[in-house]
Amino acid sequence: MNVCEFSFAGQRLGALPSGALWWPERQLLCISDLHLGKSERMARRGGPALPPYDTRETLNRLASDLERTNAETVLCLGDSFDDLEAAQALPTTEKLRIAALQAGRKWIWIEGNHDPGPIELGGTHLFEWRCGPMVFRHIAEDQAQGEVSGHYHPKAQIRVKGRHISRPAFLLDKKRLIQPAYGAFTGGLRSSDQVLADLMDQNAMAILTGPHPQMIPMPR
Amino acid sequence: MTQIPASIGAWFSSKGWSFHPHQQEMFDRAHDQATLLIAPTGGGKTMAGFLPSLVQLADGAHSGLHTIYVSPLKALAADIKRNLRSPVDEIGLPIRIEDRTGDTSATQKKRQRVDPPHILLTTPESLALLTSYEDASRMFDGVQRIIVDEIHALAESKRGDQLMLALARLQHLNPDLRRVGLSATVEDPDAIARFLARHPDPCQIVQADPGPDPDIRMLETVEMPPWSGGGAAYAIPAVLEQIRQHKTTLIFHNTRAQAEIFFHNLWLANEDGLPIGIHHGSLDRQQRERVEAAMVRGDLRAIVCTGSLDLGIDWGDVDLVIQIGAPKNVKRLVQRIGRANHRYNAPSKALLVPANRFEVVECVAALEAAKAHDLDGEPRGPGPRDVLCQHILIATCAGPFDADDLYVEMTAAGPYAHLTRPEFDACVDFCATGGYALRIYDRWQRLQRRADGKWQLRDPRAASRIRMNLGTIQDTDALKVRLKRSRGGKPLGEVEEAFAASLTPGDTFLIGGQIVRYEGLREMVVEVSRRADRKPKIATFSGTKFATSTQLSDRILRMFAQKDWPQLPPHTAEWLALQRQISRLPQRDRLLIESFQSDGREHLCVYGFAGRNAQQTLGLLLTKRMEDTGLAPMGFVATDYATLIWGLDAVTDPTPLFQRDALRDGLDTWLAGNAVMKRTFRASATIAGLIERNTAGQRKSGRQATFSSDILYDTLLKHDPDHLLMQITREEAMRGLVDFGRIETMLDRIGDRIDLLRLDRISPLSAPLFLEVGKVPVKGAAEERLLAEESARLLQTAGLDQL
Repeated sequence: MNVCEFSFAGQRLGALPSGALWWPERQLLCISDLHLGKSERMARRGGPALPPYDTRETLNRLASDLERTNAETVLCLGDSFDDLEAAQALPTTEKLRIAALQAGRKWIWIEGNHDPGPIELGGTHLFEWRCGPMVFRHIAEDQAQGEVSGHYHPKAQIRVKGRHISRPAFLLDKKRLIQPAYGAFTGGLRSSDQVLADLMDQNAMAILTGPHPQMIPMPR
Repeated sequence: MTQIPASIGAWFSSKGWSFHPHQQEMFDRAHDQATLLIAPTGGGKTMAGFLPSLVQLADGAHSGLHTIYVSPLKALAADIKRNLRSPVDEIGLPIRIEDRTGDTSATQKKRQRVDPPHILLTTPESLALLTSYEDASRMFDGVQRIIVDEIHALAESKRGDQLMLALARLQHLNPDLRRVGLSATVEDPDAIARFLARHPDPCQIVQADPGPDPDIRMLETVEMPPWSGGGAAYAIPAVLEQIRQHKTTLIFHNTRAQAEIFFHNLWLANEDGLPIGIHHGSLDRQQRERVEAAMVRGDLRAIVCTGSLDLGIDWGDVDLVIQIGAPKNVKRLVQRIGRANHRYNAPSKALLVPANRFEVVECVAALEAAKAHDLDGEPRGPGPRDVLCQHILIATCAGPFDADDLYVEMTAAGPYAHLTRPEFDACVDFCATGGYALRIYDRWQRLQRRADGKWQLRDPRAASRIRMNLGTIQDTDALKVRLKRSRGGKPLGEVEEAFAASLTPGDTFLIGGQIVRYEGLREMVVEVSRRADRKPKIATFSGTKFATSTQLSDRILRMFAQKDWPQLPPHTAEWLALQRQISRLPQRDRLLIESFQSDGREHLCVYGFAGRNAQQTLGLLLTKRMEDTGLAPMGFVATDYATLIWGLDAVTDPTPLFQRDALRDGLDTWLAGNAVMKRTFRASATIAGLIERNTAGQRKSGRQATFSSDILYDTLLKHDPDHLLMQITREEAMRGLVDFGRIETMLDRIGDRIDLLRLDRISPLSAPLFLEVGKVPVKGAAEERLLAEESARLLQTAGLDQL
């Protein structure tokens, strides 16, 4: 697997092709914004009926990352479910699948804005989690230091030899790291958007996901 | 056999007319089960079709519906009503004639169902809708005759398949129904006869005298045609001169966008202020009607138009047809030329204007084919099953059905004569459950089986939704364009949704020959203001891009084999000679591939001559094969005759790229994820009722529909690849946008005779491809390589490469 290594808060970290974050020293895999049950929620709200296979798709991706890294800890950075009802309405097969992935490892659910409060699946539920020099939470806060968050579904676009390449991307500066969304069928916010441009400092970098994750200065 | 009543004969004589032999023959055959008349434009086709109806209705004894006339165009139905009215009124026949199309008012429609006219003029969609009502059997009781006009056009599309299923329904209600088809000149009349008749009834073909050969030539201009493009702006002065010399000229274009641009340029050069109008399918109905009326009055000297004027509306005194751009298809050219001199037995006059250098060759080939009466056409396969699914839903709206009976009824329709029972059952199952992968969703479970074994709607309210989504016309997702006013301004026409999405306020574009400024989008309406002072951004109505027919492509290849080209203008002949000197000319039974470097990239030009759509598909499949073998392709562009691919590495051995199994495999696996396949799926899924475009109160925008249909497609591909709609999508992929069938034909033709030529420069024949629009980027290893290089460069520039 092609991993883009970088250092953040004094730690060596790796950006995986799928958009997961790998922390080798702690054998920790961090993923954000899975939005499991999205299709179910949209159908419930009278939107277009999408088949419920997005959940399976996202879990397949997670299973293969876990197989490759054999992570001891999995950290889900919030918005793991599209809402609490979606978490409850998850089909039994998918719940069993999650349980199987959880077996033998530590699992932490961080609360997101879509899924505040605990869900009935196993694992620890936290608002935020501190570990060594780093803090993991769903939405980036002002005055953050060593903060890893999600929420914005960032993506970055560059132009190479007349071609636009746009990918979900990690955004990174001295103080914070924002992860791309891990779920299938999730949209994205360009790094050039004002919200993200304001959040990240002048020397921010972006890591484009894909078969070979690549680091570039964050496009503004 | 009855005689033509004296009153009708007298009316004919009073006009100084006599019956044509084919009109007499059609009258004599009035009691045949099915008859197909093939006659050129202006041959009194419509009268031949209606004469028996007028005679049978002359005594006033028949009550209720007697004859249904179906045409592919609403305008044609209205036109026929006018033309039929005059003899009926002047002779004083007790016949009520009404039309019923999408434009008919709701009150009128309601009344027609209770008290139908003697002669009803309608379209395939309106007729299908009528058969969906519970009281259909009452309304259609006693119908004697059905006349299908322009059947050659309907037989080429799903609209025709739908119509034949509706006819099967009518025939079931009235076993004695007689069918009459009216057609322009076609290459295979027997196929249309089989399409029209109830299977396995015979169908007599009546051929009218085709009239004298047309006078067709290529327009001679002082300026040389450009190397690429479709605008033909160079020919404007010559075209204006022709308009001046003739009474009324029709100027045909292959696409709406080209028609708009040409019209704009024509007016800029129109110093004499000749009255010239524009007519195409994206214009607002009122605008079109105004042009049509002006034309009938003889107020216009020329009309710039597209296929919307292809069909047989009587436009009066057209004495010249100009075709801008290569006709792509000889049959259509001949039919278009028939629009000039709408009088029987006078030769039509037409001029071809090639839009670029390659089209010079194509136009000359088309001229030769037209002179040799060598018409082209692809045989159509069996009736598609998406239309069948829609028809099953329509049938259920009219009342519960018995599967055995419905199967017998549908296989009596020509296009479905060979439908097997399992195929039919799969369609019923799809309508009932949505198919295996979708069975958990309520919304697709539309039918249920009653205790007596008949199928009925699970929810009777679904009938109105099914009716709302009826029809098989799919081409574009258009948004209405209006002038911005406080309370809704004048409607101007339509643009494609994708085009509208690309506009930002302040952008200008052409519509109906005017430059307008985009102001904003309100409730699915594009609001614009008038603006005459800026150069327009061009409206990209895609219209339909036709691929050059197989027969015409063959003719071009045969022409290439000539020693020299006396029939071509010198500039084009010299171009071909230069190609022969530097490289080679493509041959019919070999595949020529050129490889060369340009602008720091490797290029590969494949001369498959398989038509635009197939060359496009070939580009997708070849770049995928190149990607797999590490040749890092970056993109390609396709025309009717070649595909040009560029990338980071040169191809030295093309043979593995063209293995049939590998290409076939690419179609089944990799191409399955492509947007073209998704578009193909979307069209079928909409027809079959899986996707509803219209729901009560609102119309789903194209993009919304694309979103859910793309996801549906991906899901079915992954979890239920044998779903009925996936099978239909694969069948559709052999023709139309994907056109894999023509790639297979090409592979059969060339066998293993592939010639790869390494050149030290761009070849003359490939040069125009560099100017072609519609380049398709390939995202893969080349992109990863570029990204890695760019990342390294950016990091180094920022001094971060040691990070």
